[in-house]
Amino acid sequence: MAPFPEGDAAMTEKTVLNAAHRALGARMVDFGGWDMPINYGSQIEEHHAVRRAAGMFDVSHMTVIDLHGQRTREFLRHLLANNVDKLKSVGKALYTCMLNERGGVIDDLIVYFFDEAHFRLVVNAATRAKDLAWIERQARAFAVEVKERPEFAMIAVQGPMARGKVLALLHAGDRPRIEKLGKFAAAAAQGPHGMPLFVARTGYTGEDGFEIIVPNQHAVALWEALTGAAVAPCGLGARDTLRLEAGMNLYGQDMDESVSPWEANLGWTVVLDEGRDFIGRAALEQQKAGGVPRVMIGVVLDDKGVLRHGQRVLTAIGEGEILSGSFSPTLNKAIGFARIPAGAAGEIRVDIRGRELSLRPVKYPFVRDGKPCEGI
Amino acid sequence: MSEIPGDLKFLKSHEWARVEDDGLIRVGISDHAQAQLGDLVYVELPEVGASVQTGHGVAVVESVKAASDIYSPVSGEIVEVNESLSDTPEIINEDAYGEGWIFLVRATDRAELDELLDANAYEELIENEEH
Repeated sequence: MAPFPEGDAAMTEKTVLNAAHRALGARMVDFGGWDMPINYGSQIEEHHAVRRAAGMFDVSHMTVIDLHGQRTREFLRHLLANNVDKLKSVGKALYTCMLNERGGVIDDLIVYFFDEAHFRLVVNAATRAKDLAWIERQARAFAVEVKERPEFAMIAVQGPMARGKVLALLHAGDRPRIEKLGKFAAAAAQGPHGMPLFVARTGYTGEDGFEIIVPNQHAVALWEALTGAAVAPCGLGARDTLRLEAGMNLYGQDMDESVSPWEANLGWTVVLDEGRDFIGRAALEQQKAGGVPRVMIGVVLDDKGVLRHGQRVLTAIGEGEILSGSFSPTLNKAIGFARIPAGAAGEIRVDIRGRELSLRPVKYPFVRDGKPCEGI
Repeated sequence: MSEIPGDLKFLKSHEWARVEDDGLIRVGISDHAQAQLGDLVYVELPEVGASVQTGHGVAVVESVKAASDIYSPVSGEIVEVNESLSDTPEIINEDAYGEGWIFLVRATDRAELDELLDANAYEELIENEEH
């Protein structure tokens, strides 16, 4: 076997839950510069825990950025490809790409609306530094203050039983309000021992649940309360197979600065509304008018084997590659995304160590609410 | 993590070798290796009759996380493979030193086994890896 990749523990950052992970026997890996749990024993069992009951993930490595200033909404109209004018009620959230001038994806993120002078962004960990630099540079013209919030940890609780488990831990007075939260909406609530929480009905697994932002000093107590409520600790390994089954993109694997949202199946997040001059718009319109050269499709490997990032994909009109690819614990076979030339692709095959295997193109998500989707 | 059986020899790359009563060499991956890889979901087995060389990839094990080449600790000929791994690769996770064996080799030169680590030396190696 090839030697295992070794992270240098001294060089990586740690979340406030690091000791809690180690106490649970987690296998730790370097993930975008962070020392994070990949699993606590069995990645597949953790995956099923989320599909069937409730699991939780430490996602404190993600970056929380608060934006303050009277012109914040106007700034975000310019910064983001989705339109923040969709955010009308307090606590509402929006998934969006942040593009460069060439229409390439700098990052994908969630933006929350607090009030006209305060919005919150949650961006990826691996892109933290470049995101902050880009946002700060663009914010100057709008006199918007960009404030990173490293004092927050974040725990995602996901699965069909996740909301019930979290609600039971909240202050009784907060429960009815948080129970009524719609999807992609968030609100403040009091957790165990009165700790202040920001509870969002969002996630990255294809299951219902919450993502909870909690001050660092309360994160361990919240984690322990959830453990006590039989919420299964899950590593980033399960998070990856869950989000892939749910058909959700992973930054760096499915898109980056050389890929437009059209080429990453993220067109649904782009709003080409009248008169809004967002960064990258001209390039996107030009690409759309000239024809998008590549498309991203969902694929299933019905043969034995596992799809992996970077594998060569062969079509009648040229080569492509596997973007995200993995074994799907729910489907018990390999699934993935592939980027291939646009057009009549014909039969699609993947080259796995010199063997060419047939791929079945499918409409994704592959799995929703615990069950395989139709046609998968 | 389970006890390392004393009759095994190891490659630094985490394969184990056991000399059977009939002189054939049974090969698998260590319990440490399966734990590092995580849940195994696919094993690409060699063909019976194939000739193998020390230090060359013979099989591939794939976990949810990654694919890893399996090297043969000795040169020779594959005489049997563990077919049950095709449908239940997780046997390696459950019993790496027993039911989870991968292939059986008829060695051309059993002296090659002397190059391998014994159980104590292997234990030391993985302890150093974990520091």
